[in-house]
Amino acid sequence: MKYLQYLGLALFVGGLVLFSLVPFIGEFTLSREIAQEKLKPEHSELLKQLSPMYGVTYPNQVAFVSDFNDYFNAYNEELKAEEKWDEVIYEDYAFSLTKASGHGPVQEYTVLFFVAALLLPILGALMYILPLHRKEPPGIKNDGIYFSSMKNRGWLGILTGAYLIAFYVILYWYAEYLTNLTVLVDGISKFLSGQPASQWFLYGLLYTLAILVMGIRMFRRYRGNPYQIIRTYSVMFFQLAFAFIIPEILVLLNMPWHDFKNIWPLDYDFFFDYRIEGMLGSGSLGMFMLVWGIILIILGVPLFTYFYGKRWYCSWVCGCGGLAETLGDPFRHLSDKSLKAWKIERYMVHGVLVFAVVMTGFTIWNYFSGFGLLGDATGMLHQWYGFLIGAAFAGVVGTGFYPFMGNRVWCRFGCPLAAYLGIVQRFKSRFRITTNGGQCISCGNCSTYCEMGIDVKWYAQRGQHIVRASCVGCGICSAVCPRGVLKLENKGEKGRINEHPIIIGNDSIKVEK
Amino acid sequence: MIEANNYCHQSRDRHIVIIGNGIAGVTCARTIRKKDHHAKITLISGESAHFFSRTALMYLYMGHMKYENIKPYEDFFWQKNRFTLIQDWVTQINYSEKRLFLDQSSPISYDILIVSTGSIPKKIGIEGEDLMGVQGFYGLQDLEKMEAKTRAIKHATVVGGGLIGIELCEMLRSRDISVTFLVKDAHFWGSVLPEEEGMMADRHIREHGVDLRLNTSLERIEGSSDGKVQNIITDKNETISTQFVGMAIGVTPNVSFLKGGDLSLNDGVLIDSYFCTNIKDVFAIGDCAEFKENPGVNRKNIEQVWYTGRMHGETLGYNLTADRALPYKPGVWFNSAKFFDIEYQTYGFVPAASREGVHHFYWEHPGGKVGFRMTFDKHTQALLGANSMGMRLSHPFFDKAIKNGWKINKVMSRLVEADFDPEFFESHINEILKAYNRRFGTQISHQKPSFWQRLTGTSI
Repeated sequence: MKYLQYLGLALFVGGLVLFSLVPFIGEFTLSREIAQEKLKPEHSELLKQLSPMYGVTYPNQVAFVSDFNDYFNAYNEELKAEEKWDEVIYEDYAFSLTKASGHGPVQEYTVLFFVAALLLPILGALMYILPLHRKEPPGIKNDGIYFSSMKNRGWLGILTGAYLIAFYVILYWYAEYLTNLTVLVDGISKFLSGQPASQWFLYGLLYTLAILVMGIRMFRRYRGNPYQIIRTYSVMFFQLAFAFIIPEILVLLNMPWHDFKNIWPLDYDFFFDYRIEGMLGSGSLGMFMLVWGIILIILGVPLFTYFYGKRWYCSWVCGCGGLAETLGDPFRHLSDKSLKAWKIERYMVHGVLVFAVVMTGFTIWNYFSGFGLLGDATGMLHQWYGFLIGAAFAGVVGTGFYPFMGNRVWCRFGCPLAAYLGIVQRFKSRFRITTNGGQCISCGNCSTYCEMGIDVKWYAQRGQHIVRASCVGCGICSAVCPRGVLKLENKGEKGRINEHPIIIGNDSIKVEK
Repeated sequence: MIEANNYCHQSRDRHIVIIGNGIAGVTCARTIRKKDHHAKITLISGESAHFFSRTALMYLYMGHMKYENIKPYEDFFWQKNRFTLIQDWVTQINYSEKRLFLDQSSPISYDILIVSTGSIPKKIGIEGEDLMGVQGFYGLQDLEKMEAKTRAIKHATVVGGGLIGIELCEMLRSRDISVTFLVKDAHFWGSVLPEEEGMMADRHIREHGVDLRLNTSLERIEGSSDGKVQNIITDKNETISTQFVGMAIGVTPNVSFLKGGDLSLNDGVLIDSYFCTNIKDVFAIGDCAEFKENPGVNRKNIEQVWYTGRMHGETLGYNLTADRALPYKPGVWFNSAKFFDIEYQTYGFVPAASREGVHHFYWEHPGGKVGFRMTFDKHTQALLGANSMGMRLSHPFFDKAIKNGWKINKVMSRLVEADFDPEFFESHINEILKAYNRRFGTQISHQKPSFWQRLTGTSI
């Protein structure tokens, strides 16, 4: 079994290396035909500009993209210099042209590369994961976590974090270098939506695979804990069905890509004009998207959070939560539990919520009033929000920082929906983590493994129930507690918040904690 | 009740010195500070600069946590509450001059002295007990020693079938060290666990690959020429080759530095129900304290448990700041532990052996990893205590039921309220009720929750 696991690990690492090399394989040649096909008719002027590239074979896409950018930017600069603002091209042609110009082994033996760079690593990961804890009785499997280089910010952790960060930066801002990788998954994309794969399809697929494979790891790891297992099934299902397959099928049906479980303000562009127009232009289903989205915001969030706490979303449904709870599980203990971190968290996460609300307010106002000055300001807000929050925070920091700051950096410090859910949870909900009388021994397991950085034991050791805006209800504190002290519950509001608890067991005196 | 002036030194800027920064001493300091903003409070410990959770030391060895994680309070807490911390060992106390002498730092004076020095591992006094690689497990220094002595070893022996013994087994197994576990009794923790719970623990200990030897004691330990442990010899004359021996036959109050002084000692520092020693303004709490009289029915004079330490600290802290001091009255006994993966909780009075007038009801899950026991008075039918293995019980529920002497049938009919297992876990209450009804010919049932209740966890 051990050797099978080592083999699996080797397959995974080997596949990952190949995956990382795929972008550098093959040559790139642009032809007039390709350019004609990819450029919109109104940009046919650009055809002439690019003509020096036609027929030139570049040994890699770095050289190709560099030349393309030179010609493309020169063209735009010229237009700007002539103040022909209407003709300046804002479309991103680098990705589509690079992708279409690629040729070489990846394009010739796509299936082979797909198997070697994607299927084999998955197989390897499963070979490693499935035998985990096979001969051990069910229980908490935290042995050696703080001795692990991967899980305790050792060189493996740093390397992993750096890789993830690099991947996100390239994905968001330099996707034209990833075209070869999208070639690998063109088949799946065409099967689902009839469209070739964009970088976002590639990303969605990898994201889903990460949740599924690491979800299976959760089943191994938390065997004997039904709460963890059912919750993991739930995030796997919502990611696969709602965030991956259904949106692609919508595209196949000529509908806008739409994730029915994503909720504003996490889905920050829900009210942007192109989204609204997309939905309004898609018949009754489109209308449903709009109405459903609004119902979720104004009814779904408060109602479900009242009954179940924000966990119904954050650790059962949400995609970011899904990745954090599966891929991120090995890093959950790296969250900062200090009081200082909590203070920063409250400013940041509510700050982002305010930013999102203001931006959306402007957007809606602008949509109905339609005056231009505000339009520019709104566009600026959209751009900055998209760059700072949507890409840099939620993506690069959110996932890239798993091995440094734990798996919920985004959810804790950045997610405006988590902030909204949290406000409801704190002030109007039946959810709490009940502390079991005086049984706490301050061991610190609960706080250590709290991914949201809540110092759970601070409450438990004074006999107080835990009611915190940030708690996503993952249930790990309760799982790792060696004395049966913590229980996640939806109960009446009475006695839920108790600022002056008294620990039972001492009949001499009653001391308020 | 004792009037404040007769109880302890009263002055605005009194200096309260606490020897030991464990749960008893720290709880006491915190409780004093809540009511007394002027007192100067000093905590002295040679073991560590800050309070840490002793019960969590095992998790450091197992890699579940690092030292920072087992500190119950962040480091800023001490200064914020104006606690002076001194990391040093107390060597001598002059009670008449109210002065303490320390190993490294200069002597300090006190107005009130609280001894909360905890325990040290007990020794048996057998041959080879001082060899290298033989040690007890109680404090930070023990952990460091164990870390060094178990590096790259293949086999270890643990002596003593109690909580520290099983912890040592779990720690060593987490590093793939094979373990022989010598237990004197017929089953694990024979002095506390009834047979069924003990046997469940035995099975589980073996399931974790521990070579458990019941009814076996340690005869002597043999060392190599360089003073390292080599073999142990059991009372059955078996020789087991081993590289580490964990001695876990119990702990004893850490009072040796007080011996020969004026403070009256037995095993621990002798105190009355107000934590007063024989010397005015000197008090003792926690593991190191020994009540002259039983603090309660079925209670011991020395209770070396986290929770009792906390209650001692709470009560003394209250007394030192109140107008009238009150005697220590522990409530319903409770304790908990974890044997590898099986959690154990106990409430009230559950004797290990059968006792006149005490009835037992025990239910065990067919899987053999969940058990539930209740004891009740044969005559009055009043609930006396409860044990659980592998399931979580509500402390407030049993505290209330035992304190108020609920009849066993009432307890059974409301047992659903006692279920503290996480959501979605298999509930054992129905099976327990069935077994109970079968045995006592009763027909107790509980109302099935409605669909709405199950969906929302609430009845509107």
